[in-house]
Amino acid sequence: MSTPSSGSSPARITSEVVAKVAKLSSLHLSDDELALMTTQLSGMLDHFADIDKLDLSNVAPLAQPFPLKNVFREDVVVAGLDRDEVLAAAPAAEDGRFRVPPSLGLGEQ
Amino acid sequence: MTKPFATVVDIAADIAAGKTSAVEVLEQHLARITERESDIHAFNLVTTEQARATAQQVDADIKAGKPVGPLAGVPVALKDNMCTRGIETTCSSKILEGWKPPYDATVVTRLQQAGAVMVGKTNLDEFAMGSSTENSAFGPTKNPLDTSRVPGGSSGGSAAAVAAGFAAASLGSDTGGSIRQPASLCGLVGVKPTYGLVSRQGIVAFASSLDQVGPFTHTVADAALMMEVIGGHDPLDSTSLPQPMPSLTSVLGQGVKGMRIGRLADMPDGCEPEVLARMDAAYVALQAAGATIVDIALPSLSYCLTAYYLVAPAEASSNLARYDGVRYGMRVETGDLHSMYGATRAAGFGAEVKRRIMLGTYALSAGYFDAYYGKALKVRRLIANDFAAAYEKCDVILTPTSPTVAFPLGDKTSDPLTMYLCDIFTIPTNLAGHAAMSVPFGTGAHNMPVGVQVLAPALGEQTMFRVAAELERAS
Repeated sequence: MSTPSSGSSPARITSEVVAKVAKLSSLHLSDDELALMTTQLSGMLDHFADIDKLDLSNVAPLAQPFPLKNVFREDVVVAGLDRDEVLAAAPAAEDGRFRVPPSLGLGEQ
Repeated sequence: MTKPFATVVDIAADIAAGKTSAVEVLEQHLARITERESDIHAFNLVTTEQARATAQQVDADIKAGKPVGPLAGVPVALKDNMCTRGIETTCSSKILEGWKPPYDATVVTRLQQAGAVMVGKTNLDEFAMGSSTENSAFGPTKNPLDTSRVPGGSSGGSAAAVAAGFAAASLGSDTGGSIRQPASLCGLVGVKPTYGLVSRQGIVAFASSLDQVGPFTHTVADAALMMEVIGGHDPLDSTSLPQPMPSLTSVLGQGVKGMRIGRLADMPDGCEPEVLARMDAAYVALQAAGATIVDIALPSLSYCLTAYYLVAPAEASSNLARYDGVRYGMRVETGDLHSMYGATRAAGFGAEVKRRIMLGTYALSAGYFDAYYGKALKVRRLIANDFAAAYEKCDVILTPTSPTVAFPLGDKTSDPLTMYLCDIFTIPTNLAGHAAMSVPFGTGAHNMPVGVQVLAPALGEQTMFRVAAELERAS
């Protein structure tokens, strides 16, 4: 379907790189998903190599349509979100806080 | 062209004048939902009881002689990525299923203050990622004009709800064409306002530098009224533009005499001949109304797809990091925090969302940032420069909204890239932060509607709506 890219784009994406990206993305993917993802991402990146032929050396990047600037408001107290209402929407809460499993993998719950 | 259902303008006028009531109008819309929703699946949730309570309140206010808003009693539907306090907001994703936001989006508050009656939350491609609404975790929406075809996406449910007469108007969000393309495929008017003209506060973020909220309606006048209600500065959105909302309803009759209409000298491949024929007819109609047609070039147009499909997933990969099973939605219980994150996200996100998170994370990761995300931002500058040069020669640009009419369900689901190609004409506007809208202009293949897209520079809404109104008169 797609041909390997050439020119200045990085080498084809490998399943090892895809597995690393899945880890960075906090996504547990099955082996089948990783294989399919490798094929599909490769196809996309091949297509995206079309911009390699552009000379972009003197072009400034554009990250926002209009320049961002800090927005300030008067320092007056306004009502925040209702804590109980917010916690009620969480999968687990305890003592007015979000409850999460241990972060150091200290045994099964 | 006669419209099959009552317009926002007519409904609001008739209710205000006492010719009908908000309850009566609502029941007509609910009856159509009862009749056809099981075939269409426009909604994730129909808020029947809340809608009836709101309509009764509107009628009571009118009876009591209290002042009511410009949309008093008008049934509207909201894309299910807009926060509604206490009412489930899912983004058509399993990861948010059951979540009830603790606040309303600014656009929701403004609709409520204008007296609108919310009838439900509409289906979308999961987290607005898609062009057909087939990526919803809750099943696809069908095009009401031909249920074997897609309504477009990602705001397909909002488009279908209006096209089927379930609501007189709806709101969608447009990151790369997600309002304009479904409007085109369903024969509706759909508006992507200038970035910052409509508040994004309370809209679940997909790609923050590209997302904008806008209306779906049957007529240009309805869209103008909806824009006046939802638009204008919002202190709760740091990217909200400081200026007040310009009047749009007052300019619709001003015509296009003396206006310069840009025509793409090089049309990209892949357009259906019937779509191109309607484009030619649109130029003829505007010329007959006194406008001049000017050939313009957007040399970077073909590279926009690449720029968009790197920038949008990059921003999405960051925005969607918040769905981790801690503060809202579902959680897959595992032994420790990090495996809980990974298992929850794996179970909660669908294939397209995972693909875009992966693509975005890759494009932003060390070693690949300059080659992908960095380059994409430079291409984004090129298209903005192209537009700036084009708008030296013309006031608006006309293109097709979509290269094709509505396609059959399942037609483009096997190869993600084919689906991405649907967005070739709509993406550049989002990259530049400009305004654009789709206006129905006759039919193409299979007797399905064709939309003409009117593109205008930033804050060019008044000019854009004048051209749209002229196209509507000629269609």
